[in-house]
Amino acid sequence: MSILVYAEHDNGAIKGATLNTVTAARAIGGDIHVLVAGQGCQAAAEAAAKIDGVAKVLVADNAAYGHQLAENVSQLVAELGKGYSHILAPATTNGKNFLPRVAALLDVNQISEISKVISADTFERPIYAGNAIATVQSTDAIKVLTVRPTGFDAAAATGGSAAIEAVAVAKDAGVSSFVGEELAKSDRPELAGAKIVVSGGRGMGNGENFNILYSLADKLGAAVGASRAAVDAGFVPNDMQVGQTGKVVAPQLYVAVGISGAIQHLAGMKDSKVIVAINKDEEAPIFQVADYGIVGDLFTIVPELTGKI
Amino acid sequence: MKALVAVKRVVDYNVKVRVKADKTGVELANVKMALNPFDEIAVEEAVRLKEKGIVTEIIVTTVGPAVAQEQLRTALALGADRAILVQTDDEVQPLAVAKILKGIVDAEQPQLIILGKQAIDGDNNQTGQMLAALAGLPQGTFASVVKVEGGKAQVTREIDGGLQTVELSLPAVVTTDLRLNEPRYASLPNIMKAKKKPLDTKSPADYGVSALASIKTLKVDPPAERKAGIKVKTVDELVEKLKNEAKVI
Ligand SMILES: Cc1cc2nc3c(=O)[nH]c(=O)nc-3n(C[C@H](O)[C@H](O)[C@H](O)COP(=O)(O)OP(=O)(O)OC[C@H]3O[C@@H](n4cnc5c(N)ncnc54)[C@H](O)[C@@H]3O)c2cc1C
Ligand SMILES: Nc1ncnc2c1ncn2[C@@H]1O[C@H](COP(=O)(O)O)[C@@H](O)[C@H]1O
Repeated sequence: MSILVYAEHDNGAIKGATLNTVTAARAIGGDIHVLVAGQGCQAAAEAAAKIDGVAKVLVADNAAYGHQLAENVSQLVAELGKGYSHILAPATTNGKNFLPRVAALLDVNQISEISKVISADTFERPIYAGNAIATVQSTDAIKVLTVRPTGFDAAAATGGSAAIEAVAVAKDAGVSSFVGEELAKSDRPELAGAKIVVSGGRGMGNGENFNILYSLADKLGAAVGASRAAVDAGFVPNDMQVGQTGKVVAPQLYVAVGISGAIQHLAGMKDSKVIVAINKDEEAPIFQVADYGIVGDLFTIVPELTGKI
Repeated sequence: MKALVAVKRVVDYNVKVRVKADKTGVELANVKMALNPFDEIAVEEAVRLKEKGIVTEIIVTTVGPAVAQEQLRTALALGADRAILVQTDDEVQPLAVAKILKGIVDAEQPQLIILGKQAIDGDNNQTGQMLAALAGLPQGTFASVVKVEGGKAQVTREIDGGLQTVELSLPAVVTTDLRLNEPRYASLPNIMKAKKKPLDTKSPADYGVSALASIKTLKVDPPAERKAGIKVKTVDELVEKLKNEAKVI
């Protein structure tokens, strides 16, 4: 049995979610090969070769894969993937974008967002916004899986010394092209993988008011997240959204500020170790999952908290 | 140009879903069902493109039981022109849905195919991508802006780091994110009119699809419950608890 893990990277470095995905692959068991597809991605391939437990790194360095266009990447992965028992990618927006295409090209179903490996063909995954956990068994010849990073510890980024092999396959479907991107820049930690997350909701009132959360976050070394309502209202960009249809986080500490606690939001944060809720409505459902709740006006509580830690 | 919109009947998003006592699935008896929220956005987007004169006809389709006609009628009331129900009582997984949709694409030749990014029951987020692969089409997933001009579609996508814009040749598959638009409510006259709009009934076999599922659900468990904790009165108390009890700061 050998397993192909698709690496999430920025051509230079490997993204954290890749390390969790390698751990999921190790739980399945077998030789683990990591595919690094991109443009000018040699440095990322070298980093992948150091990941503990990786037997081989395949590197497909080609302009066609530069922006991770799903039409191109999926053909590459489907072709290489034929020789593997399992194909895994992190359940990031990139993995979610191209991996179902790979599954379709291989004529198999994909199992989305596994949170636990039971055996080589049986996995756990949350459904209905995490209100139920399904144990599913695949009868497909090749198992195609996206991996929810919070379900698995990160593999050690060093200690391995895998061989690196270049793959010459260039697939350009020629039906899509990259126009541009607007990436949010921040000096704060990334939401995925942060030890502490401070999130704001509609109760923040506007985008400028998020500054009091940024101050708190900087004091704590935390990442900043948001509810969908805060994103929809234009307070903050979409990449900060936590929830069923946004990012799933499981930090040591999650501080929910002015967030009511809708099912869809809870789906993205209720596996956090400790949850703090700050809300003026004592009936807010967020208090049902919070370890420590404080009822009151966030505009007085948050600055006071920032001052006292 | 024709637009095809795929919709699914799911448990209403406000319902707190519970696992059945025998762990075979979730409780669906007497639970409110609705059009998947992302699919409502998909229908709305097609209707707006029709109002702009870009789309000329909107076909809405679902694969599911006879009662899923309710959701097709909702889509017709929102502005779709005709509907196709691919009727089956069996569980249909994304690959089979995508194959059936590919059959409809082959028959109807739409230039734009719009799906939700995710059905909120199975949370799979696969079907649009699979359809695009089977039909050999480009895809614009998790769309927050769609522009159709000069035989191409420009789609702005919500990605982990922010936003990305791609250009797709037509025909293309688009899957919707929440910010793409705010769906309208169906007016009473439109609900009445929708009852008279054409609705065809087909079967998966009509599209040559017989294997509907390859993934077996062995059991369904409730998630680990979190107990409600305590309410603290002051910020000092909160800081003390976080430092000395939870030891997280
Ligand atoms: C298909 C679908 C998918 C969705 N996916 C997501 C998702 O991934 N993530 C997500 O978050 N949501 C998601 N939603 C939206 C979700 O249903 C809720 O609408 C949203 O989470 C509510 O955000 P909120 O708690 O910030 O706003 P509200 O529910 O409006 O709550 C605001 C809270 O702030 C409090 N407040 C106001 N002012 C103050 C103050 N001065 N001091 C203290 N407290 C104050 C209020 O008491 C209230 O509890 C989704 C919805 C749908 C339909
Ligand atoms: N049974 C179905 N019939 C028609 N469309 C579907 C069906 N299931 C899923 N879809 C479409 O595919 C999208 C993504 O669903 P999923 O891949 O199941 O998360 C949905 O938002 C619908 O647009």
